[in-house]
Amino acid sequence: MRIFRILPLLPLFALLGGCQMVLLGPSGDVALQQRNLLFASTALMLLIIVPVMALTIFFAWRYRASAKASYDPDWHHSLPLEVVIWSVPLLIIVVIGAMTWMGTHLLDPYRPLDRISAGKPAVEAKAGGNGIRKEPLVIQVVALDWKWLFLYPAQGIASLNEVVAPVDQPIEFRITSSSVMNSLFIPALAGQIYAMPGMQTKLNAVINHAGEFEGFSANYSGAGFSDMRFRFRGVDDKGFGDWVQRAIRNSSPLGREEYLVLEKPSEREAVRYFRDIPSDLFSAILNMCVDRAKMCTRDMMALDAKGGGGKEGIHIVAQLEYDKSVRRGGQPMPPRPFVTAICTPTDVYGTAGVSARVAN
Amino acid sequence: MTSYPDWWKLIFGRFTLEAIPYHEPILIGTFAAVALGGLALVALVTRYKLWGYLWHEWFTSVDHKKIGIMYMILGVIMLLRGFADALMMRGQQAIAFAGNEGYLPPHHYDQIFTAHGVIMIFFVAMPFVTGLMNYVVPLQIGARDVAFPFLNNFSFWMTVSGAVLVMMSLFIGEFAKVGWLAYPPLSGAAYSPGVGMDYYLWALQIAGVGTTLSGVNLIATIVKMRAPGMDMMRMPVFTWTALCTNVLIVATFPILAATLALLTLDRYVGTNFFTNDLGGNPMMYVNLIWIWGHPEVYILILPIFGVYSEVASTFCGKRLFGYASMVYATVVITILSYLVWLHHFFTMGSGASVNSFFGITTMIISIPTGAKIFNWLFTMYRGRIRFELPMMWLVAFMLTFVIGGMTGVMLAVPPADFVLHNSLFLIAHFHNVIIGGVVFGVFAGIAYWFPKAFGFKLDRFWGLLSFWFWVIGFYVAFMPLYVLGLMGVTRRLSRFEDPSLQIWFVVAALGAALIALGILCFIIQIGVSIIRREQLRDTTGDPWDGRTLEWSTSSPPPAYNFAFTPIVHDLDAWADMKKRGYRRPLGGFKPIHMPRNTGAGVIIAGLATVGGFALIWYIWWLAALSFVAVIATVIIHSFNYDRDFHIPAEAVLREEDSRSQLLGRA
Repeated sequence: MRIFRILPLLPLFALLGGCQMVLLGPSGDVALQQRNLLFASTALMLLIIVPVMALTIFFAWRYRASAKASYDPDWHHSLPLEVVIWSVPLLIIVVIGAMTWMGTHLLDPYRPLDRISAGKPAVEAKAGGNGIRKEPLVIQVVALDWKWLFLYPAQGIASLNEVVAPVDQPIEFRITSSSVMNSLFIPALAGQIYAMPGMQTKLNAVINHAGEFEGFSANYSGAGFSDMRFRFRGVDDKGFGDWVQRAIRNSSPLGREEYLVLEKPSEREAVRYFRDIPSDLFSAILNMCVDRAKMCTRDMMALDAKGGGGKEGIHIVAQLEYDKSVRRGGQPMPPRPFVTAICTPTDVYGTAGVSARVAN
Repeated sequence: MTSYPDWWKLIFGRFTLEAIPYHEPILIGTFAAVALGGLALVALVTRYKLWGYLWHEWFTSVDHKKIGIMYMILGVIMLLRGFADALMMRGQQAIAFAGNEGYLPPHHYDQIFTAHGVIMIFFVAMPFVTGLMNYVVPLQIGARDVAFPFLNNFSFWMTVSGAVLVMMSLFIGEFAKVGWLAYPPLSGAAYSPGVGMDYYLWALQIAGVGTTLSGVNLIATIVKMRAPGMDMMRMPVFTWTALCTNVLIVATFPILAATLALLTLDRYVGTNFFTNDLGGNPMMYVNLIWIWGHPEVYILILPIFGVYSEVASTFCGKRLFGYASMVYATVVITILSYLVWLHHFFTMGSGASVNSFFGITTMIISIPTGAKIFNWLFTMYRGRIRFELPMMWLVAFMLTFVIGGMTGVMLAVPPADFVLHNSLFLIAHFHNVIIGGVVFGVFAGIAYWFPKAFGFKLDRFWGLLSFWFWVIGFYVAFMPLYVLGLMGVTRRLSRFEDPSLQIWFVVAALGAALIALGILCFIIQIGVSIIRREQLRDTTGDPWDGRTLEWSTSSPPPAYNFAFTPIVHDLDAWADMKKRGYRRPLGGFKPIHMPRNTGAGVIIAGLATVGGFALIWYIWWLAALSFVAVIATVIIHSFNYDRDFHIPAEAVLREEDSRSQLLGRA
């Protein structure tokens, strides 16, 4: 039985290893607060876990058959004990629950940052007036197969597999995906959030220390997933300006046509920069209509909100198709059946439908 | 790629000769081994003329005990397959560093982790818990069989059918490359056009039929067939947990069936429930699959909590502490398990209030679970603990599971989950609770009830070896994953850049090797026990000084379980009967009404397998044919009036007399 006593300590030995546990020593304020929450909830739970483990070992040893300890085969109920075993965990959960409620709201990825770091509010207090909120740097993120595209609308540039931000500058990531689900995760900066096609998620974060950090997709997305990594760099304001200039010098244009080429699956892409980006590119990606032949999902939803296209609407179905296996390097899909004509008693061969489709 | 003529497509659908993986040496090696092993088995069975015996006594049997044993055998076989996958993953991750691609390309690796998850949950853990419930529940409530014996046989073979389809994917075509829950759009037709996803869908759909029906069966059994006097609050705890589990099964497996059916429609007929375009929404799938998936976790662990409760009171030699609070805790967990599914995807971008709600409900589950741990703890208090194998598994479970519970609550705090989600920390957490909870409990259950099922105990030496290899192996394999998770390593990666991670993966691989030894020792344990069965023989039917009704009958129990239905006066009915000097009735037996064996279950499930295979490969004529054949078999079976028979009183007398002689000798 002795070995049992060592087993629970194993994770502690691991901690002593001194390896770089980025989640326990992050460089961004959001990740830091998330870590603090992790520590606090762990400490609260250890209040009950440690006694339980100790008692388990003690009782197992104390009441082993050969010990001939006191034996009471009919003792099976004790009201005070029952009250304790239900209420102590309850109390701990009440505390962790309250922390969870507050923490979840304060660290909601959609919520603009309140502070840059501990003791440094995001709204700079000004004597006798309203504070000035530091405007966040907007970075639009597109998870592609299998690489990351970062658009900087204010700077007019985009970068592939590299993202750079000034230290102590609030960042607002607006995140979507081109084909399947991914998850944007830069452990040193902040927690992750899913990148989903046709939808936008947001992440507000800030980096407090200069340095180069790892980012990757944390949601399996197919064959090239393992190499879907990028660099996140925190630099000072001047460094950021230099980076933007350098990116512009070394860039190529990224219009809709170039995007459609870039979107095709590829793995282990080197860092690249882009300029001349149409201002509506991100919105077109989000609405799955970079290809102008396709109807934007926002238009489709607007149509649906007004009751849909009706019977005539069936002829525009081809325009709504977005998923393309060939674009992803897969086998050509068998042609999907579309309604080409509707036969009615007055129009037995459905010619009206066919001509409507041709007209479309 | 050669093009195939139209007649080929008509007959074979999209099956082509290229679908056989000749070019994969690992698969060919596996196939050769499986084929040789299979041929040897067939040859042995034929040599000893066992086909008739297997067919009449086992395959077509409607006896809940034999079906329970067959479920356990299925679980062991599939454990070997699922664990082989685990070893391959651990091997790949231990070597694939700094430009080394390892030996598994993504095409193969991605299938392996998908298959590992699917097999371990659906075809290892589920058969194990269903097998234990099937074997034990009717005996614990003093019944002669389950409520619907034929349905029980059918359910089992449908589960086998699903397992067969998954195994076929190894050698014919490929398996899914989407992760065990197959999130769209990745699992949709556009991004997973091959047969792998279709194997996944049809295997789970067919196996799910079996699981749902066995849930219906066991609920009816527990509600309607308890021995007189056994009111709800006198039911053994294992039966209580089995009841709650089967309620969960019946309530959630239809959701799984519907979700998979919608995805199947997306893939086969071009609907757009979960696609990106045409108004489909993948988030709906993620919600639906977890509305099934979270209760599924409790479907696995609740009956195992029951096993631990039985083991605790038996081997501590006293009544379970806090029976009533144990029952309420079980029921509360059953209900709460429906209110927490969103904690599997806090990172999908729900608002803070939604996330907090689901985070807090998740934490609340830890309260009844904690109460259960305390109940086992205080069952040990002032007990007289015999450290037989089941009790050792219980102690190992209590120490291991609380760690898993703690990391579970950490993951339930949404902001903390944002950094831990999908990381190896999460992998370590759920293996911590599934191995430390379910697997340890299954082994406890096997060691505990094996003498009941076969009339002899399991060998202690090999059992101890297996125990220590498993327990130590678990810690060595999964504690490094906690560390890696905190280092920010995510799951499902097949290769890595940072060389400082490698040492942890090497340690984890060593742990997996230790677990492999644990499995090996378990199999040796079974073999050694069979060889040494005369020394290990139990003639009393009650080798552990048990407390519940299954120990009141002989080991193995007669086909009819109980010559007379026992009458229950107290909780722990058998302990109560022993205390009050119960005497076995020696005469006055009456003929016993029993269900008759039937091959319909095997035939229907076999046809379902063929139908599933045909649908996977687009062999439409065969799919239609097997569907018609299933309906025809059901109709023909419904005209089979030879469904039951009576065991004559003399046969019962003979059986009971032989037991009296055994008891006299003891």
